[in-house]
Amino acid sequence: MLLIECPWCGSREEPEFHYGGQAHVARPADPSALSDADWAAYVFLRDNPKGVFAERWCHSAGCRRWFNVLRDTVSHRVLAVYRMGETPPEAPR
Amino acid sequence: MTGRTQDFRLPKGGVIDRSRSIRFRFNGQWMGGYSGDTLASALLANGVHLVGRSMKYHRPRGIMAAGAEDPGALVQRGLHDEPARTDPDWRATQTALVDGLEVATIGAWPSLERDMGAAMGLASRVMGAGFYYKIMHGSRWMWEHVQEPLIRRAAGFGDCPDEPDPDVYDHRHVHCEVLVVGAGPAGLAAAVAAARSGARVILAEQDERFGGNLLGRRRAIDGQDGVDWAAAMEARLRASPDVRLLPRTTVVGYYDTNYLVALERVTDHLGLGPAAPGRPRQRLWHIRAKRVVLATGAHERPLVFGDNDRPGIMLAGAAQTYLRRWAVLPGRDVVLFTNNDRAYEAALDLHAAGATVRAIVDSREAPGAAMPAAARAAGIRVMTGCVVGGTSGTRRVTGASIMKRSTHGRAVPYALDALPCDLLLVSGGLSPVVHLFSQSGGKLRYDPDRVAFVPDRSAQALGNAGACNGTFDLAGCLSEGAAAGAEAVRLAGFDPGAARTSFAVDEPDASAVAPLWWARPAEGHEHAWGQPFVDFQNDTTAHDIRQAVREGFESVEHVKRYTLTGFGTDQGKTANINAIGILAEALGRPIPEVGTTTFRPPYTPVTFAAMAGRDRGEYLDPARLTAIHDRHVALGAMFEDVGQWKRPWYYPRPGETMHQAVARECRAAREAVGVLDASTLGKIDIQGPDAAEFLNRVYTNAWSKLEIGRVRYGVMCREDGMVFDDGTTARIDDTRYLMTTTTGNAAAVLDHLEDYLQTEWPDLRVRLTSVTEQWATVSIAGPKAGILMGRLASGQDLSPAAFPFMTWRPAIVAGLHARVFRISFTGELQYEINVPWHQGGALWDAVMCAGVGLGITPYGTETMHVLRAEKGFIIVGQETDGTQTPLDLGMDWIVSKKKPDFIGQRSLTRPDTARADRKQLVGLLPKNKRLVFPEGSQIVETGASRRPPPVPMLGFVTSAYWSPALDSGFALALVAGGRGRIGDTVAVALPSGEQAAVICDPVMLDREGARRDGHAA
Repeated sequence: MLLIECPWCGSREEPEFHYGGQAHVARPADPSALSDADWAAYVFLRDNPKGVFAERWCHSAGCRRWFNVLRDTVSHRVLAVYRMGETPPEAPR
Repeated sequence: MTGRTQDFRLPKGGVIDRSRSIRFRFNGQWMGGYSGDTLASALLANGVHLVGRSMKYHRPRGIMAAGAEDPGALVQRGLHDEPARTDPDWRATQTALVDGLEVATIGAWPSLERDMGAAMGLASRVMGAGFYYKIMHGSRWMWEHVQEPLIRRAAGFGDCPDEPDPDVYDHRHVHCEVLVVGAGPAGLAAAVAAARSGARVILAEQDERFGGNLLGRRRAIDGQDGVDWAAAMEARLRASPDVRLLPRTTVVGYYDTNYLVALERVTDHLGLGPAAPGRPRQRLWHIRAKRVVLATGAHERPLVFGDNDRPGIMLAGAAQTYLRRWAVLPGRDVVLFTNNDRAYEAALDLHAAGATVRAIVDSREAPGAAMPAAARAAGIRVMTGCVVGGTSGTRRVTGASIMKRSTHGRAVPYALDALPCDLLLVSGGLSPVVHLFSQSGGKLRYDPDRVAFVPDRSAQALGNAGACNGTFDLAGCLSEGAAAGAEAVRLAGFDPGAARTSFAVDEPDASAVAPLWWARPAEGHEHAWGQPFVDFQNDTTAHDIRQAVREGFESVEHVKRYTLTGFGTDQGKTANINAIGILAEALGRPIPEVGTTTFRPPYTPVTFAAMAGRDRGEYLDPARLTAIHDRHVALGAMFEDVGQWKRPWYYPRPGETMHQAVARECRAAREAVGVLDASTLGKIDIQGPDAAEFLNRVYTNAWSKLEIGRVRYGVMCREDGMVFDDGTTARIDDTRYLMTTTTGNAAAVLDHLEDYLQTEWPDLRVRLTSVTEQWATVSIAGPKAGILMGRLASGQDLSPAAFPFMTWRPAIVAGLHARVFRISFTGELQYEINVPWHQGGALWDAVMCAGVGLGITPYGTETMHVLRAEKGFIIVGQETDGTQTPLDLGMDWIVSKKKPDFIGQRSLTRPDTARADRKQLVGLLPKNKRLVFPEGSQIVETGASRRPPPVPMLGFVTSAYWSPALDSGFALALVAGGRGRIGDTVAVALPSGEQAAVICDPVMLDREGARRDGHAA
């Protein structure tokens, strides 16, 4: 079970959170300007890397705020936590 | 009472309390033991080796080990005395002996001594690797009528209780700086080094007594006897602040971020039943540790040779432990078969205790120096370069056939000597218990010098100490443990002080070992000397592993599954390393290339009751009750679960069937007035200057122009264009709206809206609050609802003429401040009256009272479903399954063509969502009006357009009911291109045969909508 550092509440156990998939996938400003293929890529396609992954989590049983997490998908280690809108930090070694 | 005497108990010694005698029953026979015994040690003291039968071939099996790794001595506890508390699969080696304990062999029929299943053993040549997979490829009839019943009867371990478990099971969640797993010498040294530093330390030990191997060996530490040293360390820890000692507690799982789960057997050792009232039987610990020190020790490996599974064949170290810890002589006529020096000590100890050691059979030509010399000095015959090729005996081993190894390492196929014995000790070397390390994500490395897999790279904040780290000598265990404990404290941010890392121990060098994976007979004689078992619990032999390789399996993971090696409770404790060695030889590859299988939790079995803890029965899930719930109970309502809510389903009158009750409720709502508790609908208070813009983006229709006091229906999609939820939203004032959601989806809708507000549109000034449990809602519907509303809100004109459809207004209803909404999910004149939650009951009473004489009838969700379906109104989750767009549901009218963007809009013009042959919502009327199709029924073409089998599915029934208003069964359905097929006849495939039905418009009643304003047609 992961231990996740909520940027507002501190360290809490995984069941308090809710997963939101890949981070930094911005909703297109004008969806009507996109081709079918580009729109489908936005809706359906996500990265699935082995290693460092930036993903969204929501502290749904706590402050209910969304934030970003850098997590290693191999070791499941949470490497960094940062707020929505912030640039991802360098993944620590 | 007849019984056995403890003929094999030595007159003195052992860590047992001889002043406390214990009597227990094994398969109905009374026997004696002492406090401090395990079931296994007590059985051996009484000369009992035959304890169980193996799962597949039902071969007689005995006690092989003295701890968690024993694969065969599983018993059923309390089957007759405590049937509700009976437990299958108690490991005899880990069951504390308690007065009156009743245990029985599992899996033997009719008795342990004469088991009919043993005939299976004769068929072993055709039941080899992959037997269970292969048998499924035969005829289906044979499988269903012969093979499966036979396998089900033969397989399985023990009987489950039929009654609910009467005991209490607990969970505890704790944090600590240092968790030490295992209280052998390394674990004790680690805990002592970590204690008194200010750090919170937990020491968990599966045994009831601390000391590990010190309890089973003659050792001195700093001149103190090992058993006394362990007791002294325990006393020191007990007196240390911030140290929690957990005996009888097995750490069974190691998960992410140093989260570990441990099972504590709180009162199991006191006996089943009322021995410990008020205390839980077991407790599951959830431990989050800053640092973990693993000191889990090592398991001795058995050796693989012909008929190596007979009762009386025992791990050398286990025999030593039975001798020293429990003062039990497991046999009087002993042969030791080993590939290492360490096991010699067992033969020497048994010799010193008075047993006759016939020989030490050593597979190596050149063993180490000190141990063989000591054996010879004691007059024991040492046979080097030899193996035990086969054994004799049925329910107990009676002899061992000794063979010379040829230069190729295989056994010369004739016996050099045949030695009588009643105890054959085996030792294939030590395997570090790397289970928890491996579960934590750590990587293993094969160490050829130690002939073992040892921890390599850690993935979590942990240290390994002692035998689990490949450090098998006592001095090394102690110093490594102390260092690991001090290091853990330091890394957790505390000062361990000056840690002591050097201990005076007198121990001979016994480290020499050479691999022997299988004492394999020479070519052509492989089957002549009996079955070479590798996994004793699953009856996997060395032949099975080689057969798997011949059949094309190479990966260790595949071979494991195909041969079942390491399945069941064994989980790689005794079987895996030998299996890997045999596989490596068969593949002609080195062991590091073959690798290990994954060690999965739990380390030892955990009962479901312990996992459930107190979350059983009514505590499994919270039940959400409305403010009016007690009224429904008083009315005799039947309830259904909608999410966590208990909603009235229907209100049967005495003697009424569900069908009759629902028909009566439907008629009341259509002809008089019905009343529904609608409090469970999700309600979200939306506030902020950008609220209208927000609604524009999340609903498919337009919201900018909704006036204060008006209500609008909306459909929400996800970005893929599929319907996610629906409901009405009312404008309360300039910047405030009240949204309703479906009952089951309320939390998901709030999550969805918050996600967009926080992450995509943080610039929108909007705030959301769930107010579901702030407003109780009573809905009245029917042609007489207007009269009823007039009685409830006297002096206010709430008639349909003065209070238009799809508006709301504040009103005083029955003296309560209310919000009244004129919306309709039934097609009838309907008012939804909202009052503060705590006034819900009062409102309901007032409505029921005012309805006297109007035929007021409470109705439940079933009637609500019928009424809405007659009007063609969808229910999200009933007509939708996440693959329907609003257009599929015929809701083109609610999808704005003018808005620049809303969630899901772009997806509605994707080629797939724009297909003409998508399944579309239609009504369906059965030709036989009496029929109500089962929901989910498949719809196919009928007549000339029917294609030959396989007949393609046109669609399926989403809802179907009996309609009193139509006097017919009817259904809603999703049918390919359905809207263009109104009037077509199709077939609904039922198990009893096909039934014809006509496709129609989903709105079947009052298409003009006159009824919603009280004008009954």
